[in-house]
Amino acid sequence: MPNDSPRSPVSADPAAASPVDRLVVAARRVVADQVVELELQRPDAGRLPDWTPGAHLDLMLPNGLTRLYSLLGDPRDASSYRIAVQREEHGDGGSRFVHDRLEVGDMVGFGGPRNNFRLVPATSYAFVAGGIGITPILPMLRAATVLGIDWRLLYLGRSPGALAYLAELAGHGDRVQLHCSGSSGARADIDAWIAESPSDAKVYACGPAGLLDAVVRAGANRRAGWVRVERFTATASGPARATPFALEIAGTDRTLIVEPGTTVVETLRIAGFDVLTSCARGVCGTCETEVLAGEPDHRDALLDDAERARGNCFFPCVSRSRSDRLVIAL
Amino acid sequence: MTETLHGPVHRTRPTSSADPFSAELLADPHEFHEALREAGEVVHLERYDVDAMGRYDTVHAALTDWQSFESSAGVGISDFRREPPWRPPSLLLEADPPHHDAPRAVLQKILGPRALRALEPQWRADAAALVDEVLARGTEFDAVTELAEAFPLRVFPDAVGLRQEGREHLLPYGDHLFNTFGPENFLVQHGAPSLPEHAGWVNEQCARDALAPTGFGADIWAATDRGDITEAQAPLMVRSLLSAGVDTTIHALGAILAAFARTPEAWAALRSNPALARVAFDEAIRLESPVQTFFRTTTRDVEIDGVRIPEGRKILMFLGSANRDPRRWSDPGRFDLHRDPSGHVGFGMGIHQCVGQHVARLEAVALLTALAARVETIEPAGTPTRHLNNTLRAWETLPVRLTPDR
Repeated sequence: MPNDSPRSPVSADPAAASPVDRLVVAARRVVADQVVELELQRPDAGRLPDWTPGAHLDLMLPNGLTRLYSLLGDPRDASSYRIAVQREEHGDGGSRFVHDRLEVGDMVGFGGPRNNFRLVPATSYAFVAGGIGITPILPMLRAATVLGIDWRLLYLGRSPGALAYLAELAGHGDRVQLHCSGSSGARADIDAWIAESPSDAKVYACGPAGLLDAVVRAGANRRAGWVRVERFTATASGPARATPFALEIAGTDRTLIVEPGTTVVETLRIAGFDVLTSCARGVCGTCETEVLAGEPDHRDALLDDAERARGNCFFPCVSRSRSDRLVIAL
Repeated sequence: MTETLHGPVHRTRPTSSADPFSAELLADPHEFHEALREAGEVVHLERYDVDAMGRYDTVHAALTDWQSFESSAGVGISDFRREPPWRPPSLLLEADPPHHDAPRAVLQKILGPRALRALEPQWRADAAALVDEVLARGTEFDAVTELAEAFPLRVFPDAVGLRQEGREHLLPYGDHLFNTFGPENFLVQHGAPSLPEHAGWVNEQCARDALAPTGFGADIWAATDRGDITEAQAPLMVRSLLSAGVDTTIHALGAILAAFARTPEAWAALRSNPALARVAFDEAIRLESPVQTFFRTTTRDVEIDGVRIPEGRKILMFLGSANRDPRRWSDPGRFDLHRDPSGHVGFGMGIHQCVGQHVARLEAVALLTALAARVETIEPAGTPTRHLNNTLRAWETLPVRLTPDR
């Protein structure tokens, strides 16, 4: 065993040797009024976990808040993630921190990427984006283009200055329809726009709750699964911990201390508990472990929000604990 | 692995005249694998004009880097860019993102550990029943037919939802499919005449009305109702289960049983701690690599260890060699339950990693646990013989003698 653990110096992939849970802000630029784009990389510039259009990152900010941000870049780029953050003056401080404090070179924690908003095959797509809701749609547009599937986009915002990525969208001609409420005060006719889309088109929408409600109403006569929306959610969970936690193994009298910077799997292996892993990135599911007590800090790409909320299992290759004590069954 | 298009000096890659798809090397590939690893990170195989990788680091990196090493040009020696595939390409194995994304997500959920929990009690009971039946017939037998084949054939087709009639087509279909990833040699020629009848039956089973109302097959079709995949994709995804879900598992079980028969202390360890079954399964996969090889195709010029490989080259990755690379594994030829086999590439790695690995692992755990509960020792009862396949490492026969608990 000593030579075969992932801590072995001959391990192939640095990610397997120490699971990536930190990213460095590699670039930062303003892409619209109150919208800043961040480019995130591994500190060693190594390969990042794979993702698919519609996926988001769980970003753990240095101020202790965890926020979800859609990935807007190209999945073919394995070396960087791109996200865009809109400043929310009356939010709880996540976006203000990103805008006012986060600088190039700063480190952030992350989990995932996870995807609750998958692009599924279709005969055509109708995309609706409200403001910063354009972010998950951008990689979908590129994927649809590669797949050769026809699409159209309705992109709404207060003013042209509030709409990010217009230059990129300009190349798509009249497939893209912009609507700014600020200029005329007129609301977009969502019903009419959705009704114009073929009846078997798949409808994807991301943006403010009011817009998504309107899209869902307009698509109510379409097949279940043909209208898919991604709501902005602020996770209710408290700050991720930066301190050690106690790991109890049920049925034994052993309690291990998991230090920051050491994975649960590594801690278990050092203590002589074998946990089989495969991808070591929270993707494959091999190391799924039952949680009996405590609150897991999920960093995997597998569980959906409901499964996470249940808190009865986690993936110790990447996931940790929010509570001081976590009890698991091996 | 670095990608430097304008490196100053390019080394010439070492070459080998060996034929890894010859009967001799398929039967005993280990010396060739060692020579391959020692020669360099990339070795040109003259006979097929492909570039081969045998070291763990190189194979692992190529498997994960789907951007540089694509699958949609075929994961066999045949280059789909130049010659049409003999069957419609797999939506999973022979596809790249974004085409690969939706089918993968659907199948990963259907075959995931959480979905399999419902099957586990039944599979454990089925395994116990099979072991009882086998022991009632006698204690000396061929472990390939009586256990390694019998158990997956008992549980997997039912789990998919296949009808009873015609299941005998599954093994020859899978065997031929895995042969076709190699060159058109004696193995492909031998299987070709009967292919149409096997493929015909397999393709017929993929239709919605041919499948039971519950099971993996019905689950795939249910995903079309939600719009997660199209109705045109569903039959090909069922075909993936039937193609890749049977032979591979059988040979993995053969590998485990052979390893235990050769290593009595490992069997004793499993008997005293049945929780070792999961590690035993992956250690056997590492040791024997039931899937020995897969190809990729370079999508751009890549440079590996100073050797430049142009875009459009077929790359042959030796998973079996990587899993025995002494740079990664100590005493790699040893079946060692105290080893941590995590990270082996027997299931591949990255976005194409075997989507059915949890199914196979559950089958193995069920069978091993049932055997460990009733059998004190397993020992060889004759010389096992190899079954040759261009991709798979398999036993034709594995004579064993069991000592049941008294």
